[in-house]
Amino acid sequence: MWPIFHKLGSPRWFYQISGKCLPYLAALSVALLLVGAVWGLLYAPPDFRQGNSFRIIYVHVPASLLAMAGYVLMAVAGAISLIWRMKLAEVAMKCAAPIGAALTFLALVTGAIWAKPTWGTWWVWDARITSVLVLFFLYMGVIALHEAFENQQAAARACAVLSLVGVVNVPIIYWSVEWWYSLHQPATLKLTGKSSMDPSMLHPLLLMIAGFYLFYAWALLLHMRSEILQRERSTRWVRDLILERG
Amino acid sequence: MQFESWQALWHMAGHGPFVWSAYIIALCTLGAIIGMPLARNRRFLAEQRGIERRRAARAGGHSPEVS
Repeated sequence: MWPIFHKLGSPRWFYQISGKCLPYLAALSVALLLVGAVWGLLYAPPDFRQGNSFRIIYVHVPASLLAMAGYVLMAVAGAISLIWRMKLAEVAMKCAAPIGAALTFLALVTGAIWAKPTWGTWWVWDARITSVLVLFFLYMGVIALHEAFENQQAAARACAVLSLVGVVNVPIIYWSVEWWYSLHQPATLKLTGKSSMDPSMLHPLLLMIAGFYLFYAWALLLHMRSEILQRERSTRWVRDLILERG
Repeated sequence: MQFESWQALWHMAGHGPFVWSAYIIALCTLGAIIGMPLARNRRFLAEQRGIERRRAARAGGHSPEVS
């Protein structure tokens, strides 16, 4: 196990291995997203109360899940970079921030668009929605903090601390619909126990969630590879790569 | 299919503007997430090729002193 962990510390090794995974991740995520979106838009039956506006679920829920999961990944990467001073963990943490911010923005916007026909308003200071907004600000804070430091290591340390402190918001988002009186509906998807959603609506949602997870992995690898090239620009292997690409 | 025609699909019983705007925004966001590092790489490679060309020109132009 330790040799793999040690190899993970090498940006060059990571760059080579990730290059092999990328085409498969890209193809699989696009396929799942296409099939899930078409199934959800064209073939899933309309909701008896919300009608066709419920179809926004197929982008809103996966984006929300990935916004939260992405923050946890960023915090874990931050912890690894603090404890073991692993360069690749710093890169992962830095790259997870803009992707997570974009997905949180998507969750908020699609949620607002869905809220208008459902609740009659674009925005409500509801526990779930407010805590997701706080998540967005935390992501933006990590991005801003990175840019505020000239020294990369100091930036990584500060961002790791902010990521770790902010991770307490993730269970708050998840449990907010149980702890407080909330307009936002409670969880329909459960890890343990039966979902309250009909299978004809649930199956495309599961495909979209899987597609979004693979998309996240694809995007994170792309961002990390780009960051590694920048950081390692003066090394022999990057210069050889540039000459190879002409 | 749940809709009788493409027009019905577009209209979605009055919910079309909400649903389609959500999906278009989603497509643009996901596209931007993938496009950003690709554009950054293109800029970086162009910059670095320029640096390598100048480095090669300097190395080629440097001639040993003739006594």
